[in-house]
Amino acid sequence: MSDPTLSIVCFSGTDDRLQAVAVLTAGAAALGRPVHLFLQYWALDAFRKDRIDADHGLAPEAGAAGREAVDALRAAGQASWAETLRQAKELGGVEIQACSLSMDLLRITEAELDPLVDGVEGVTSFYLAAGEGQILFI
Amino acid sequence: MTAPNATVDARGLSCPMPIVKTAQQIRTLTSGALVEVLATDPGSLKDFTAWTRTTGNALVEQTQADGVYRFLIRKA
Repeated sequence: MSDPTLSIVCFSGTDDRLQAVAVLTAGAAALGRPVHLFLQYWALDAFRKDRIDADHGLAPEAGAAGREAVDALRAAGQASWAETLRQAKELGGVEIQACSLSMDLLRITEAELDPLVDGVEGVTSFYLAAGEGQILFI
Repeated sequence: MTAPNATVDARGLSCPMPIVKTAQQIRTLTSGALVEVLATDPGSLKDFTAWTRTTGNALVEQTQADGVYRFLIRKA
């Protein structure tokens, strides 16, 4: 496959938005399309290894009915976003990088991040990897 | 009918797991191998058509019974 890399800037750290990131990533990986995730702010915070499987809440628009719907899907066996990303990485072509500025802001060291994260990079490196490919912001 | 070389039981799994599990399974097989996939995700109907078209694997057969979709895929 010669498809261009799909780059996703992950900003939000709630479980629903990270689930959307994971689904888009896994779908692209299954098609053989390279995916590059750039973790910023609250999304990066959710990738701390001691918290990655914790409850990160939902976006404000979810409301009580949304919470119920998300819980029902999880109870029916839906894989968590972290598990979905692990499966996507197994397929190959998925690169997850932490934003160095957000690392400073949140005072996170690389050792505190889940092994899903491949490394730390700056915004210039992110743009270089994105090339002419599409960039999403979630 | 030729027996499949492997079966991916993706029943009960939501999108995109049926495709992800199938892509993982396909990688372990040699060209020409047959994979049977069972799924209940309603999106899988369009997803498997799109996935096989994009990846070059052949969707040999597609059936549906009791809410379960069955796909037979030959690895390219």
